[in-house]
Parts: sequence; C-alpha cells; structure tokens
Amino acid sequence: MSKDAILGAIRRGLKRGPLPADQAAMLNGRIASHPRHLIPARSRIPRAEQIALFIKNVEKEFGTVQRIPDLAGVPEAVTDYLAAQNLPARIVMAPHPELESIDWTARPLLARETRRAQEGDLVSLQHAWAGVAETGTLFFPSDPVRPATLNLLPETEIVLLRASAIVGAYEEAWDRLRAERKDPMTGGWMPRNLMLVTGPSRSADIEQTLELGAHGPRRLHILLVEDEAAPREMSRAEARAQATAQPGTPAAPGD
Amino acid sequence: MVHLTSPAFKENAARALADPGLQKALARTKPQFHGKRAKAVAGLPEFEQLRNIGRDIKNHTLANLDHYLEVYAANVEKAGGVVHWCSTADEARAVVLEICRQAGAKTVTKGKSMISEELGINDHLEAHGITPVETDLGEYILQLRKEPPSHIIGPAFHLNREDWEQSFRESHTDLDPKRVFTERRDILTEARTKLRSRFLAADVGITGANFLIAETGSSVIVTNEGNGDLTQTLPKVHIALASIEKVVPTLEDATSLLRLLARSATGQDFSVYTTFSTGIRRQGDLDGPEQYHVVLIDNGRSNMIGTDFQEMLRCIRCAACMNHCPVYGATGGHAYGWVYPGPMGSVLTPTLVGVDKAGHLPNASTFCGRCESVCPVKIPLPKLMRHWREREFERHLTPGTIRTNLRLWAWFAKRPAAYRAVTRMGIGALGLLGRGKGAFKWLPFAEGWTRGRDLPAPEPGGTFMARYAKARRQGR
Repeated sequence: MSKDAILGAIRRGLKRGPLPADQAAMLNGRIASHPRHLIPARSRIPRAEQIALFIKNVEKEFGTVQRIPDLAGVPEAVTDYLAAQNLPARIVMAPHPELESIDWTARPLLARETRRAQEGDLVSLQHAWAGVAETGTLFFPSDPVRPATLNLLPETEIVLLRASAIVGAYEEAWDRLRAERKDPMTGGWMPRNLMLVTGPSRSADIEQTLELGAHGPRRLHILLVEDEAAPREMSRAEARAQATAQPGTPAAPGD
Repeated sequence: MVHLTSPAFKENAARALADPGLQKALARTKPQFHGKRAKAVAGLPEFEQLRNIGRDIKNHTLANLDHYLEVYAANVEKAGGVVHWCSTADEARAVVLEICRQAGAKTVTKGKSMISEELGINDHLEAHGITPVETDLGEYILQLRKEPPSHIIGPAFHLNREDWEQSFRESHTDLDPKRVFTERRDILTEARTKLRSRFLAADVGITGANFLIAETGSSVIVTNEGNGDLTQTLPKVHIALASIEKVVPTLEDATSLLRLLARSATGQDFSVYTTFSTGIRRQGDLDGPEQYHVVLIDNGRSNMIGTDFQEMLRCIRCAACMNHCPVYGATGGHAYGWVYPGPMGSVLTPTLVGVDKAGHLPNASTFCGRCESVCPVKIPLPKLMRHWREREFERHLTPGTIRTNLRLWAWFAKRPAAYRAVTRMGIGALGLLGRGKGAFKWLPFAEGWTRGRDLPAPEPGGTFMARYAKARRQGR
C-alpha cells in the first residue's frame, strides 16, 4: 500500500523506524499545547489603537469601514451605502441571529432575503466572527448561520463586525476559536470552512497590474458596531444559534 | 503534463532573449516584485526573526514528517474526508480520475496548483472525456493558449495586454468581435462572466494546498481572486492535491509561515483569501461540498529526505527566488523547460526528473546569492545548485570542453607558483590591450561577452599577489 511505502521511504531517509512512543507523545504534546511563535509588535498596542489599526489595514487593502453606535443603526447604514454606490435596495442576508434580531421595519423599501448566496445576487450582508488588527483580516467560520457563499458570489459584500470581536494577532483568534466553538462532526473546534478575508477580491495577472473584483466581491464594506461595553454578547448569541441548528448538541462549557 | 524541455535550456534561453514580447513582460519584474516585497518586509521589523522561525518550523516537521502525516490523515478522516496516499504521479492521476468518475463528473473547475501541473491532471482528465476548467485568471488564459505557466504565482507573467485581448477574441467567439477593451478591467470582467457559469456547473472542484495542518486535518489555500474558494465551495466534491511536505503541526506554525508567504510573494501583508477546509459539509450547513478528498502525493519527495536536498522541502512556493534572479529575469520561466522555474526549480527539477535531463538548470546561475537572501525559509539555493554541479561532474554528464578546462585550471590551482606566473602574464597582456582606455571594447576569444558590455582593464602594478608580496617586503 502506498501509505506504507511513503512512510517507509520517509523513515529510511530519516534513518530510523516508527517513532518510539515517548517521542510520539512529545510531538502530540506540542500539538496539544500549540506553542505560539513570535507575534509582531505592531498589534501589541492599547485597545483603541488596535481598532484604529484594524480600520487602517482594511482601508489599505481597499476595503471600507463605517462605524455605527449599535445594531439599530444597521438598516440605515446599509440603505445609505447601497444608494451611494448606485446599487438596488436588495440584499441577501446570512441567517445569523444577530442580523435577524435587527428591526428592519424602518427601511421598508430594502428587500431582504435570508439564505445562502446564489448566482445573480448583487449584495450580501454577512456576519464576521472576528477581525484581526494586524492585517485588517476578517474571520468567517462556516456554520448554518454563516454560509460561505455569501463571501464569494455577490459583487458587493457588506459585513457586520462588532468592535469587541477585533483582536490584535491571528493567534488570539485561534485561541478564541478553540475556546468558544464546537464542531458537531469532529468534536473539535475547527469548522468545515474558515475564510480569512483581507479586502475585496483582486488579480494582478494582467501585466502585474492590480484590478479589484476578480471572482469574488469587488467591494467589501464593513459596518463596525462600537460595542466595547458588552464584549461577550455575540458569542452567546452564536452558541444559541448553533444549538438550535443541531438539536441534541449540548453547548460547550464556556460558550 | 508540462512537456519537459529542460535538456534544451541553452536553445530555450537564446530564443527567450530574442523574444521582444517576453522581454517587455520581464521588464516588469523589478518594479512590480522587488519594490513591493521590499516595502512589505520593511513594514515588519520582525521579518528576519520570522525567517529563522519559518526555517525551524519546517525543519522540525521534516524531521518528524511520518508522524505529522499520520496525525493529519487521522484528523481529515474524523471530519468525514478521505486521504489517498499516492507514491507516484500515475497513482495520483488514477485516483483523481476515479473520484471524478464516481461523481459522474462532466466538468471540473480548478484552482491554481503547481502540483497539478507536475502531475498533468488536465491532460489525463481530458483524455478520459472530462473537461477541466482552470479558473485562476492567469491559468485560464494559458489554458486557452495551450501554454504552460511561466511563473509559480503569476502563471501568465510572460504575456502582455495585447496577448490577452487577442486570446479572448479568438476563444470567446459568442461575444461581439468588435468589442473594445479600453482598460484591463474589461478583460477581467469578461473572464469573470465566462467563468462564473463554469463555477456553477462544475461537478468537482480541484485545488492545491499551501499548507496541511496536522492539528485540525485542514488544507489551506491562499488566493487573491477568490477562484479557489468558489472551486472548493460550490461543487459537491472537493479534491485537494498536496505533496507530503506541505504538512505543518499546528495553526500557530501555519500562522508564522503565512506571515512570511504573502510578503515574500506579492508584497502583500496577507493575501485576500486564506481559507482552511476541513472535511465535508456539516449538518445544517447551507453550502460546502458533500465529499472531501485529499490526494497526498510523494512523487519523489521522500527520496530527498536524509540527502543534501532535504532543505529544498522547506520551500513554501512564494516565488521570491525567481523574482530576484538575474537569470530568470533575462529568460523568463519557459526556458527552464518544466513546471518549476527559477532557482527553486533549478534545485527541484533535477531531483524530480533527473540530473541527466535537467543538468543545465543548476548551471544557469550566476551564484549571486540573491535567491537565498530573499528566501523566507532560508533555503541555501546556491549551495544546493552547487551540489547538483558536483553530482553532474561525478557522473560525467558535464560536456568534455568544460571538463578539460576545469582539469587544466585544477592543474594550475594546485601549483601556486605556476598559477601566479600565468596570471601575471595574463594580466600583463590584458593591460597592454586595454592601455589608455581603462576598458575593453574588444578582447580575443571573448567577443560574445564584450558585444554587450565592457570589462574594466587591469590597473598597472601587477596582480594582487604580486602587490601583496611587494608590500610585505617593504614592511607595510
């Protein structure tokens, strides 16, 4: 069998047989403790500066950010943005409890559908699980309330992100994922799909010259909810959503 | 599969140097790649430390590769995925075809993947009635033009805008032939529209993998266009092709390498999409594939472990070495004659296809060392190329004239007095020839060299050794 052939060839090269149990245990211990390496100093800064760094980095990568005081401001921010971009007042929205909890009645002319994205959708409203200040990167773990297609098919993606969900470095987001999420299939915490998104889609394949909007969104607009007072709200809402989607799956401790 | 023309490197290079379109494209290397990388590196003061960390992570993984591969495979299976271990390219092609057949696939979308080029997946699928569609913009036009990639991250690097326009007019015959491409964006938009329907219709999506993560059983792809994500999200079957050295132990390890990758490659701090795929669609998910296959490919890598060339397995395919290589900058990627061009290709190609066929490549180097100085995982590329030269010499593959001249040089090198006498005469003769001008317009036997440039004439006063001895005598 090729598995044995490959492993055998590797071991011959390393001039040893299969690892002794104690050495294998040591390597498994390294995985379990997943030690951090050097974390660049650029994100080791006071909280307000971290958020400012996140915004600066998003804008550097051609994304846009609008700060809003609370969730109630979302409908107005969405409709104003669409009008400014000369886009029709129609969005397809992630079935995320936080987006669904918003009172949209003040903007009756905004057509909304809650589902995954399909061909022909022009604008999506997605929910970001975290933001990383180091590079202005959004984290989108896939689950029933956050379909990955919303990040890909529409030409314009609007993203809701709570300021409290911004961390400095990627490593902090990994630790939050490990602590807060539970995958129903593996019992681990890694979702099926985890997209880290930094700015809108682009290509430099034609004469090494950057053009935005290759296959994914041409515009990435972040609505940043300034919620630092209540930093843990979001993850609780999400845990409830996950528990509803998988009846019988108990919420993990710490959710 | 990319047709191997490495044995004809000299002819390829001569043709490349005389190709004005290619030279126009290559002139973009410096402003586009050098400047952007330098800026990104300057923006991260810890970059040098991270290079050491990246090298150490890869070395640790390679020293325990068997263990980490087994942990990785077990975690893929936990997430409902299947791992196919393949020793050879033949085996991997057969596995991919069988998965596509089982899925009843008519068309297959593909993300950009160098291992896919190495395996020749496209030709194999086509020969069996399945249509592969390259979706990376650069790979897409190369598929239309039936050309191999010339660069590992910018496959259509050698093309100019007029080539794009011409190929699109010739291939997209359903569109108005009189349409005008006023800007590059028009070309991009046409490709986006054409490929969107392909994404939606595909039965299977094939991607490569930049990393595999043992801790979680994830495959990671890094792209800017989003084509890789559409490829792995929309069809009901996702196949990830990955060679065995792609595995790293943890997310923290992958993170440190990701901090190096985009900066070294395109000069971005981070690529637009860095996506971790772990198994099949979960219960309640609204999208994602129902099958997830990893084709884990050796194809010659395990033979490199324990040899001088093990260090090459650290490579994360950023392309910084070719972007900074004076030889690549003059000839472009096609001259190298196989999948991997530039310095990394000059080391890797002989290991994978044989030094008898690819021996010219490690010789096509000025040994300026720039490749090693920009490598994010500190692969000593010049040293490894030198190893190939030694092996080529040992195996008597080096041409006779070179061997004779080397033997002649060695005779003098082992006899310092004779060496000094000959160099003294040479310097004297050159001094006479270049007298008064300080440089040569003309040199006997070196017309090929002086046609394009000058050589400074030796200053009066003899060789370094002669002047050194004189200075010692005078007590200086």
